[in-house]
Amino acid sequence: MHEMGIALQIIEIATESIPPDLKTVRVARVNLKVGKLSAVVPESLRFCFEVASRETALEGAELRIEEIPVVARCRDCQAEWTISEPAFACETCESGNLEILSGRELDIESIEIAE
Amino acid sequence: MMTGIDVRLPLFFSPDTGGGDSDGGGMTIVKGGTREIKVIRRVLDANEEMADANRRRFASSGVFVLNMMSSPGSGKTEILVKTLGRLPDRIRSAVIVGDVATTHDADRLAVSGAPIVQVETDQFGGDCHLAAHVIERAASGIDLENVDLLIVENIGNLVCPAEFDIGEDKRVVVLSVTEGEDKPVKYPQMFRLCDAAILNKVDLLPYLEFDSGQAIDYIHQVHAGIPVFELSAKTEEGFDGWIEWLEDCVHAKRDK
Repeated sequence: MHEMGIALQIIEIATESIPPDLKTVRVARVNLKVGKLSAVVPESLRFCFEVASRETALEGAELRIEEIPVVARCRDCQAEWTISEPAFACETCESGNLEILSGRELDIESIEIAE
Repeated sequence: MMTGIDVRLPLFFSPDTGGGDSDGGGMTIVKGGTREIKVIRRVLDANEEMADANRRRFASSGVFVLNMMSSPGSGKTEILVKTLGRLPDRIRSAVIVGDVATTHDADRLAVSGAPIVQVETDQFGGDCHLAAHVIERAASGIDLENVDLLIVENIGNLVCPAEFDIGEDKRVVVLSVTEGEDKPVKYPQMFRLCDAAILNKVDLLPYLEFDSGQAIDYIHQVHAGIPVFELSAKTEEGFDGWIEWLEDCVHAKRDK
């Protein structure tokens, strides 16, 4: 729902990441990691990014989104597994004492600059 | 993906200056005529830094901060009106209340006599959540040295507020019996992040087919062990456990 705000943050961080001697370049691609628990809808984010990046160094850049699964570890029996349904209990010992190892990411990994 | 010649330019633009070959930062020529620049930053970094600054400020004044979230119409404001009325005088409270528009909630809460700051997110772009910088601005209008408990009534929404740390100590989610029992499994992230849940409007149970046991089972399916307070903000039944939990939180923060 707040994809526009996220798109603006991505543009700000990506713009800051362009080395000063390359300020006139065009960014061809932004590589993102988006966890399944991050409440971001990739299609909405792409749409907002396309609109918000107009007349910036990121205009026309591809947003490459790597979706990260929700992986949990049981603090009681140390089992690790991927959660695909909203059931947050250990598959092995049924404990609810879990640590979420991945799935909340919303990270910019890198930008790619057109030569 | 990152084949080609590693040109390894100075790393001034990368926060990660470690020496690894593939992810040590720097610039790499990759196929297709593009150069990849490692960034490795969280998109919500700016919010998280502001949330940490808020948290330090609240801690220095010994204020316990509760972030209260729910879908629209679950009864957050009425719970707060009754909660403020029931808390003992020695707990000095303040409220920041967020809505997309109108000051209706602040008007309702003002009868408590506690300082109330209304945030209308419309002026911040009609946001679906309260972000840390909004809380920083709203809290600057409150005399924190004379407050023990600051309750933030977030925007009615079970999705976005879960993503934005505001510098709170604990989070509570409100579910009302006029909603579906399965809200916790439909919005698992919200229920996982919260430290307690309130099941509101229990006075309506005789007129509904709502299964409280099922709702509580769903809450515990996504977040085992959290306390669930079944209460009615209208009749004030079931408030004792909730008020006790809140008082314990305030005392624990003040004694730190």
